[in-house]
Amino acid sequence: MLSIPCPECGPRDEIEFHYGGQAHVAYPADPHSLDDRGWAEYLFYRDNPKGLFAERWQHAAGCRKWFNALRDTHTYEFSTTYRVGEPRPDVADPHPGAAPAGPSTPSNTPSSPAGGTL
Amino acid sequence: MTRPDNPQPSFRPPLLRRYSAAHLAARGLTQRRWPRSWRDHDLDSRYDVVIIGAGLHGLATAYYLAANHGITNVAVVDKGYMGGGGSGRNTAILRSNYLTPEGVRFYDRSLRLYEDLAAELNYNVMFSRQGHLTLAHNDGALRTMRWRAEVNKVQGIDSEVIDPRQIKELVPHLDTSTDTRYPILGGLYHPPGGTIRHDAVVWGYARAADHLGVQVHQNTEVTGIDVTDGKVTGVETTRGDIATGTVINCTAGWSTIISEMAGVEMPVTTSPLQAAVTEPVKPFLHTVVVSGTLHVYVSQTDRGELVFGASVDPFTSFSTRGSLAFAEGLAGNVLKLMPALSGMRLLRQWAGLCDMTPDYSPIMGPTGVDGFLVDVGWGTYGFKAGPVAGEAMADTVASGRVPEIIADFGLDRFSSGRLVGEKGAAAVGH
Ligand SMILES: Cc1cc2nc3c(=O)[nH]c(=O)nc-3n(C[C@H](O)[C@H](O)[C@H](O)COP(=O)(O)OP(=O)(O)OC[C@H]3O[C@@H](n4cnc5c(N)ncnc54)[C@H](O)[C@@H]3O)c2cc1C
Ligand SMILES: [Zn+2]
Repeated sequence: MLSIPCPECGPRDEIEFHYGGQAHVAYPADPHSLDDRGWAEYLFYRDNPKGLFAERWQHAAGCRKWFNALRDTHTYEFSTTYRVGEPRPDVADPHPGAAPAGPSTPSNTPSSPAGGTL
Repeated sequence: MTRPDNPQPSFRPPLLRRYSAAHLAARGLTQRRWPRSWRDHDLDSRYDVVIIGAGLHGLATAYYLAANHGITNVAVVDKGYMGGGGSGRNTAILRSNYLTPEGVRFYDRSLRLYEDLAAELNYNVMFSRQGHLTLAHNDGALRTMRWRAEVNKVQGIDSEVIDPRQIKELVPHLDTSTDTRYPILGGLYHPPGGTIRHDAVVWGYARAADHLGVQVHQNTEVTGIDVTDGKVTGVETTRGDIATGTVINCTAGWSTIISEMAGVEMPVTTSPLQAAVTEPVKPFLHTVVVSGTLHVYVSQTDRGELVFGASVDPFTSFSTRGSLAFAEGLAGNVLKLMPALSGMRLLRQWAGLCDMTPDYSPIMGPTGVDGFLVDVGWGTYGFKAGPVAGEAMADTVASGRVPEIIADFGLDRFSSGRLVGEKGAAAVGH
């Protein structure tokens, strides 16, 4: 069982949490200018790195708040968790070279507003 | 590359070392060792086609390239061992009762190829057509089942909604009483579904492909793909570089890593799927039973073990470790269905990686990079598709055209909005 550090409540058991997929996927700044490919990327394309990944979690059976985490998708190690709205912390991948690196920031987020953090 | 005008069979010489009952008796009596089923090779510096991933999909594609099209200068490379991915970890359920006409047609073709596979490959794949039953515990599920049954029937697939009394007759151990937390309201019964011996399918294709001249290279990891002016020119591996104009990505859970090497983005995320098996008991369960609401399914193997599966783990990951949360949840849900199993012991649990797509349908065909093709997005349901996927991918390479049976599964469907939604038929019942 993983122990996940909620930014509000501290470390709690994995079963109290709900997963929300990739973090920092901003709603398109100008939806009307988006072409079909842009919409497809916003709706369907997500990063899938083997290694450090910024993702959303909800403390569903606790404070019920959403927050973001940097987790290694191979070792399950949580490097850090942080509140919604805060920028992605500058944490080095603890296991670099574990896999051919995927982009560490969402390369396919179309026209995200400057500093868009969701 | 040889591209015969009429690709239909038959480049299929008889197998040199055929397996037969007489052969088995002779070997058994003399204790002579069996000949190896496939060979090891040095890696050549060029191949007409390089297939990445020696799971069922890679091996089946290689086999049909050689058998149906005479294209034999083919290397199948795998970073680990043959069948070490999902192909050796799945629960081997075969069925064709999907939700969309595109899906039903496609999986039905695969089942037809499976029917004759043992004879075609001269390998006992132990296809057991025990029937497949999906349970409904609420009105919504029952409605989807009626819809599925109608779609299935229009395509000529044996599939019908049955009531709790018929369910009890089919599977007496199911708790069909009405005062449970999740009473059984009905079920979708699909007699042609069943299970197969997954390792045998993988080994059978490998042996037959090897016999036709295909080279399978285990312990050969792809580390890069060379693309020049939008065209594939080669593959880099831990055992040396290969020049080639055609690369097929058959790496399922790892497929985004490979596609990225060629500069191709795909809407695929990787999730582990776990399964477990009990100690063997006398045969009592003659139907594959699936409950979407309870996220669980059960079948009994020829050896008597019960095989349990569920839906994917709750978060994306590249790890194949199992979890206690899974085993606990699974046990509780199995007992809701069949309380009589409470005394049974789990022997093992394991996990495999699944390449999930937004619509629960595969992604097959060209990618925009010339010579780089994908056969991915097999999620939790791709074992049953191995034969038809291999046949269609081989056809695509040989003819340079995408055959109709996979035309709806192209990568471009996510931009054009033509998704093939199979979640209602594939999220739990793999
Ligand atoms: C627990 C579980 C139960 C399942 N149950 C069912 C079921 O009942 N019915 C069903 O139809 N499907 C089921 N599936 C899904 C099915 O197993 C898969 O969809 C299918 O096996 C995929 O086959 P594949 O050949 O595409 O990929 P895999 O068998 O996963 O093979 C991919 C191969 O690629 C190799 N590879 C990866 N990276 C590299 C690299 N860089 N270089 C070289 N090689 C590489 C890997 O080593 C691996 O051998 C289940 C899956 C799991 C995990
Ligand atoms: Zn909390």
